Amino acid sequence: MNENEPTQFEQAILPHLDAAYNLARWLTGNDQDARDVVQEASLRALKFFGGFRGGNSRAWFLTIVRNTFYNWLGKNRPHEVSTAGDEELLAMEDPAVNPELLIERSANVEAVRGAIEQLPVEFREIVVLRELEDCSYKEIADVAGVPIGTVMSRLARARKQLQEILTDKSEPGGRP
Amino acid sequence: MNCREIQNLLQAYGDRELGVMTSLEVEKHLQTCPQCKQALENQTVLGKAIAAGAPYYKAPASLRDSIIASARQAEQPRIIRCRWQWNPLAAGLAMAASLVLGFFLATQFQQHSARDLVVGEIVASHVRSLLATHLMDVVSTDKHTVKPWFDGKIDFAPPVNDLAASGYPLIGGRLDYIGGRTVAVLIYQKKKHFINLFIWPAASGGETPQTTVKNGFNIVNWNHAGMAFWAVSDVSPEDLRTFAGLLESDTSPAR
Repeated sequence: MNENEPTQFEQAILPHLDAAYNLARWLTGNDQDARDVVQEASLRALKFFGGFRGGNSRAWFLTIVRNTFYNWLGKNRPHEVSTAGDEELLAMEDPAVNPELLIERSANVEAVRGAIEQLPVEFREIVVLRELEDCSYKEIADVAGVPIGTVMSRLARARKQLQEILTDKSEPGGRP
Repeated sequence: MNCREIQNLLQAYGDRELGVMTSLEVEKHLQTCPQCKQALENQTVLGKAIAAGAPYYKAPASLRDSIIASARQAEQPRIIRCRWQWNPLAAGLAMAASLVLGFFLATQFQQHSARDLVVGEIVASHVRSLLATHLMDVVSTDKHTVKPWFDGKIDFAPPVNDLAASGYPLIGGRLDYIGGRTVAVLIYQKKKHFINLFIWPAASGGETPQTTVKNGFNIVNWNHAGMAFWAVSDVSPEDLRTFAGLLESDTSPAR
């Protein structure tokens, strides 16, 4: 094997390394843990690569990254593993938030980042996949291993929470 | 549809996940319902704020290197275990088989080589443009700035369209070199991902878009109005085909 020639595995995975690290970085909240998760996920991906039938390699790799993250979470921060109820598809309902305040607070980069960081992981992952990775509902459903209806309900609730955090009058953009 | 039903669809409408017919119904409702309109507006404000404000963490180079290193190390033992006994009969058979296979592959490759060559060059150029931060020579979201910039630099006039309204804003252009000629490249953005669109004059035919995957990148190419179009990106194949469809419907030879 030529040392400089990328293997098939590398060709499938490396283009999506940024997406993988970005997801892991948002989920773990720091660089070192994100590196560990992505490194571990890459080795798992290599192990299962024989079973990869081609197609959407980004969704395939992100699924492994996500599963690796949840294993890591269970071992390292078991209290964060929550079971969010996914009962019903929650409508956006009446715009209870103050639109002017939302626009004003949304311009604050730190506030936006802080708000996403405050979301529970199962909401945060969906926001990252949708808003930063631009995944379709179908792709998110594949990666998160849930039905599309659940993706939509979690996304709606995550967005509602983000709007609420951002327009919280008591502490502009800060933690509650 | 009533307000309640519309509210269940609003999010998917804002995310462009609804079909045409349902979208039209939502649009009709939005014209008469300020409350739903405000809810959608809030979602848009939030989406834009996240796209603009939330950092996209790129993988550190050292992580990339260490993944390559450990993947190659993990693959090593398997190769050693595969060693087999040298046996003259097996060797003869293997040689005959590889001759047949070689002949077969050679004829196959000849048919595909021209296309593969272009695909390879385009993917390489796409990667280079993102790595070397030489994405654009002319940075502008205004097609009336980007289009004249190409004048005098190339011997054809690429059609330049802004698709910002559909979620694919034009962000600039540059020159590149593909298949032995200078070509025009338009750069579009889809959220935080870039789409390089290569354009050069071509014979007619081949108007049906073809999709290719190489190194994890998606490529869609088609011919239209005497030009060859090659779009490459890491966005999903569906998004890239939508992008191609938008361009094609927007590109008339008159412009």
